[in-house]
Amino acid sequence: MAKLTLEDLRKLRAEKQKVMGKSGSSCKNAQIIVGMGTCGIAAGAKDTFNAITDALAAVGVTNVQVSQTGCMGSCYAEPTVEVIAPDMPPVIYGKVDAETGKLIVEEHIVNKHLIDNHICDKPSMDIVSETGK
Amino acid sequence: MAYKQYVLVCGGTACESDKGPALLTALKKAVAQNGLVNDVQVVRTGCFGFCAKGPIVKILPQNTLYVEVKPEDAEEIVKEHLVKGQVVSRLLYDKAQSKRNVAIDGIDFYQKQFRIVLRNCGVIDPDKIDEYIARDGYKALEKALFEMKPRDVIDEVSKSGLRGRGGAGFPTGKKWEFAAVQPAGQKYMVCNADEGDPGAYMDRSTLEGDPHSILEAMTIAGYAIGADTGFIYIRAEYPLAIQRLENAIKQATEYGLLGKNILGSDFSFNIELRLGAGAFVCGEETALLASIEGKRGMPSPRPPFPAVKGLWGRPTVINNVETLANIPVILTKGSLWFSKIGTATSKGTKVFALTGKINNSGLIEVPMGTTLREIIFDVGGGIRDGKAFKAAQTGGPSGGMIPPQFLDTPIDYENLSKIGSIMGSGGLIVMDEDDCIPDVTKFYLDFTVDESCGKCAPCRIGGRKLLNYLANICNGDSTEKDIDKMLDISNAMSRASLCGLGQTASNPVQSSLRYFMDEYKEHIIDKKCRAGKCKNLLVYSIDTEKCLGCTACARVCPASAIAGERRQPHVIDSAKCIKCGQCFEVCKFNAVTRS
Repeated sequence: MAKLTLEDLRKLRAEKQKVMGKSGSSCKNAQIIVGMGTCGIAAGAKDTFNAITDALAAVGVTNVQVSQTGCMGSCYAEPTVEVIAPDMPPVIYGKVDAETGKLIVEEHIVNKHLIDNHICDKPSMDIVSETGK
Repeated sequence: MAYKQYVLVCGGTACESDKGPALLTALKKAVAQNGLVNDVQVVRTGCFGFCAKGPIVKILPQNTLYVEVKPEDAEEIVKEHLVKGQVVSRLLYDKAQSKRNVAIDGIDFYQKQFRIVLRNCGVIDPDKIDEYIARDGYKALEKALFEMKPRDVIDEVSKSGLRGRGGAGFPTGKKWEFAAVQPAGQKYMVCNADEGDPGAYMDRSTLEGDPHSILEAMTIAGYAIGADTGFIYIRAEYPLAIQRLENAIKQATEYGLLGKNILGSDFSFNIELRLGAGAFVCGEETALLASIEGKRGMPSPRPPFPAVKGLWGRPTVINNVETLANIPVILTKGSLWFSKIGTATSKGTKVFALTGKINNSGLIEVPMGTTLREIIFDVGGGIRDGKAFKAAQTGGPSGGMIPPQFLDTPIDYENLSKIGSIMGSGGLIVMDEDDCIPDVTKFYLDFTVDESCGKCAPCRIGGRKLLNYLANICNGDSTEKDIDKMLDISNAMSRASLCGLGQTASNPVQSSLRYFMDEYKEHIIDKKCRAGKCKNLLVYSIDTEKCLGCTACARVCPASAIAGERRQPHVIDSAKCIKCGQCFEVCKFNAVTRS
């Protein structure tokens, strides 16, 4: 990647915002985001991550993007996983072990049902996208 | 087919005890009766916090929050909200209670948390610079380099009211100004990521979740004070944070956001990591600088302050991770926006690592001025197992214990110091009735004594003496005079120690003596530990009427101190008993007593 000028940076930001802005009901492809700070990994997030990718392969779904993020803050509920699927509200699941990870793929992604007992509240509003200048 | 609406019913333990299951059944029934089974899914969730207002029902995708919902309300919620699309206003969360939050931007939200520092944590992939950029990343740097003079940047930070989040709360803008007014020449910008308090992990999580925000803030600070080199001093015990920082530095350099002529401007800045070996004292700024220089990590007297004479004798600004994470937001949203959040003297938010005997432990960020009660009972979901709150320790081993009478004190720098604690870096450890105050105090002292560098006598000798007195109290070998001696030593340590470590090491002792003297006296005079933590003060015995002679206790006793025939009452030989408590745990008939 060549070094950016001011113009390049602004262009890049606008482009990426378009891609990242597609979430919830407006997105075409689902996203599964696994909290992988030290805390999540210690609680088994790597197993969860693998279980999710394995389950996706098993059911033959290819248009789901699985990615990592930092700590979502809910230490009591690690590992935590956010699921953003078309036509469904974005949801954060807590205490997602490998078994629950599989369930997310089978129930949430394929059958479009939310899963009992694992939903956590979003901790706070998003100051980047929800507040003005 | 996806459902059109979702009804989330909280299933935390506090709500469970409060008719949660009955409510779930009632809602499912009402949904079925109204013919909505294919359109609405009723889901039981984990705990949402907010337990004082439970049970809670949330409707998605509208995000409507109903509180204190009773099974009788199910029909109305379904008929009005789900069928007609009309909000049942009598069940909404009372907005009057969230007035302080509403003031921010006039946006109405019920959460107690407000995330500035943690804005990207758990949202972006920390290994992808593009995701950071998409969320307004490096926009503040753009603004600083192309629209502001260094002087303007400092003014903006000063006006925001941001104060250092590492503990002492020194105004950040002022610190930058001290370094900026030094004659031009080599200057340094240092990020203090040497987080060492037991139970604290705010900085680690920030660096792991959003490394670019720190790089951006350091570059802005470098521009403001005229430094071309930055160091991040981070402990080697944080391998994942180090790995993500290294990756972030590499990406930013490739994009030209670090290095020579950033974004084509004439400003150049580089950042290097320096790994610490994990000594607590190296979080103190003069010791930290010594460590970066390759010397033994020991503090030195101030003045001269690092802003005047720091790294290799050059002007150096040292900011904590959390302080820096605020900077990009202050520049993009403006100092006015930022200064509206918080209290009169403490602006913005504070991140806490909420741990201990709390239901929902976690990394939280709340506006300054939030009360301890809101943090523990609303955000944290209350004390584990419904036990009674005894105290909270803020500021880690340098802080103090806050007793129940201050649960409603708004948390800011001034209020915390008034009640004998400190903001500290953000560890918040909650204690319940099963925690013994002298024992917890001993734990903190043990830590600071272990971490004392030994350079100055008040800290080296005073800390050890205090620890001995505390050990004696917990062992039942103390007299009332010891308390006076502890107070004397504590005083001397806070006044005469060379650095912050020694000056604050006695804070747990002073604050616990101030608020929990009765518990100390119980230990000293009655030789009693009400929490059952101090082993030497405990006596185990077997109630011969309840004991059936099952031999479970005798089999588990590691000291062979329990004797008795099968089906006959057993006896504990107190001379042999090592007070491990295993017999107490294993007895199914409550025949083993502890006093």
